[in-house]
Amino acid sequence: MSSTFLGMPATPPRSPYGTGNLRGDRKFPAAAHDELRNEQLRRNLGKATHTIRAKRLNVTGELPDWEQLRDAGSAIKTDTMNRLPELLEQLEQQVTERGGTVHWARDGVEANEIVTRLVRATGSTEVIKVKSMATQEIGLNEHLESAGITPYETDLAELIVQLAHDKPSHILVPAIHRNRDEIRQIFLKEIPGVDPRLDNVPAHLAAAARAYLREKFMTTKVAVSGANFGIAETGTLSVVESEGNGRMCLTLPDTLITVMGIEKVLPRYQDLEVFLQLLPRSSTGERMNPYTSMWTGVTPGDGPQDFHLVLLDNGRTAALADRIGREALNCIRCSACLNVCPVYERAGGHAYGSTYPGPIGAVLTPQLAGMHAAKDDPNSSLPYASSLCGACFDACPVKIDIPSLLVELRHQHTEESGTTAEKLAMKAAAGVMKRPKLFTAAQKAAELGRVLGGRDGKISHLPPPFNGWSDSRDTAAPPKQSFRSWLASDEGAATMRAAADEYDRNQQEEEK
Amino acid sequence: MTTARATVLGRVRDALALAPTQDTTIPRDYRTGRTLPDDERLALFTDRLVDYKAKVHTCTAARTAEVIAQVLDGLGARRIGVPAGLDEQWLGAYDGDVQQDSADIPAPRLDALDGVVTASAVGCAETGTIFLDGSPDQGRRALSLVPDLHVCVVDLSAVEVGVPEAVARLVPERPTTLISGPSATSDIELERVEGVHGPRTLVVVIRVDA
Repeated sequence: MSSTFLGMPATPPRSPYGTGNLRGDRKFPAAAHDELRNEQLRRNLGKATHTIRAKRLNVTGELPDWEQLRDAGSAIKTDTMNRLPELLEQLEQQVTERGGTVHWARDGVEANEIVTRLVRATGSTEVIKVKSMATQEIGLNEHLESAGITPYETDLAELIVQLAHDKPSHILVPAIHRNRDEIRQIFLKEIPGVDPRLDNVPAHLAAAARAYLREKFMTTKVAVSGANFGIAETGTLSVVESEGNGRMCLTLPDTLITVMGIEKVLPRYQDLEVFLQLLPRSSTGERMNPYTSMWTGVTPGDGPQDFHLVLLDNGRTAALADRIGREALNCIRCSACLNVCPVYERAGGHAYGSTYPGPIGAVLTPQLAGMHAAKDDPNSSLPYASSLCGACFDACPVKIDIPSLLVELRHQHTEESGTTAEKLAMKAAAGVMKRPKLFTAAQKAAELGRVLGGRDGKISHLPPPFNGWSDSRDTAAPPKQSFRSWLASDEGAATMRAAADEYDRNQQEEEK
Repeated sequence: MTTARATVLGRVRDALALAPTQDTTIPRDYRTGRTLPDDERLALFTDRLVDYKAKVHTCTAARTAEVIAQVLDGLGARRIGVPAGLDEQWLGAYDGDVQQDSADIPAPRLDALDGVVTASAVGCAETGTIFLDGSPDQGRRALSLVPDLHVCVVDLSAVEVGVPEAVARLVPERPTTLISGPSATSDIELERVEGVHGPRTLVVVIRVDA
């Protein structure tokens, strides 16, 4: 089956509103406001992000061709997006020929239904899971639970998040907001039969997780994973990990179900030579992560004999339809941009409200799920959750120009909110500034604004229509005097005379 | 009714039609095709393996059995699994119990082994990585995963300088596992801790003349 192109292209839909985990309950400034008061969170995040920054710089600095690798990685991803239809069809064909079954999902709801149906067909009521952003994005765990299937997260950080009934706050290390003492408490409370003498030494905490999950690995018949890469040329899928939980899930069960975003496809097997250098060094700051698994369909006598690949859209084609925004689809989920971001470091991942936090989340989330799906859509605040400092761009292994994407999204947001009061006010201001008398009068009126400012000279809440501005920043109260009225005063005249005299003196000095 | 497949592929084509693409050439100016003399490759590979907490032994091919026996005895491993295609002579000096693997042995039973001895397909010096590809002397993936000790024999002639050189030697269709040190996690405060679900001890025996 191939679709025939008929007539005008239609704009692809975003991830359906109200599904999955691509939208928070409230806007970033409100959420960040609360997170910033959590001193424990800020200490944990500060320590972790500074550790990983140093490690990343060490191992990227070791490679004299790091910039060439970034250029190659960026171009391979761009080429991939350009040829996405043929590459997806090639991937499907290769996986099918090697004994796998390929499914297509228009959105997260459909993907959840497919996975649930496949699990039910095995008769199993449990699945073991490899850490996966795609399944987090679509809320697969919640869906499985509602269908009577228990998902067990097996990555240590995902396990911590699941046991604590918490939400992930980082792409790579979802429990980055927890320190060792908190993790010890979670394990003591939630792991059945854990040694009550468990201390807070990371190695001992890891050993407790090993003991807890061992039996699950040995007995569970179905695993669900994501994929870091899917090679169109060969049908090879790849999962990059550290702990061996990925290898366990990809190897021991009878059935493996892999959910992969359509943008994760790569054209050639050879392309792995680039991404297997870029990803680990950018992600955990290691020369290579401890384990990478690569499998192609089904191998008789080795690993799951029933393999399903679910290809997920869920707003990716909507992002692809944006000439500028599509660059965000190049992301390989390394999380380097989170670790260098001054905003993420302080606000933490939960403030973004999405599976994808940090700088890349601020550009990816609005594109997958939209930012005007409801009145006061929380996602509309994400493009503003940045100081545009550019550290994310420098750190990105595939050179995604995140600051430019943020600016583009801000532009789209103001365009979309076209007739808002804020926009009308800007037009009014432009009109006033063109007329000197009116401008002077307006400045005099603004002096009254001092009344609004508190003792610290800041206005934190402006009345409508300007509350959109003051929601995300404090406004300095206007000065006592406008510049023009100061200039006309005795003090202003004296200062200007003094400046003129000094200029004359300098000129004379130079002539000498 | 339109299938999900047709819908998704149609959307992708629509997206590319709405926002036309720019032709891209892929610059591959990064380092490829590198070679290094044996002693330098050995030094680099060893340094990287040790850095990620693998134990390294170097020997000649003639001493393979002797070194493997020493390693297993030293770690107190009395019950060892081996893939069906492993050179039998490699365990000739070992006096413990050797269980030859086969696909019908359930994976949980591998948990009763003290360790496993396998060969390897390729090595990468710059990253300290070993590649297993399921060949008869490496066995199915579960065998080198479930036991807590993995003794892996690597021939220096199969150790490439960097990632591109190593990936070029792989056979894509084979189930391939890249191993760089023992199992580890950085999930607690981003500090690396060795030993989670995979083998907690990785011993690499490098044969310098093989």
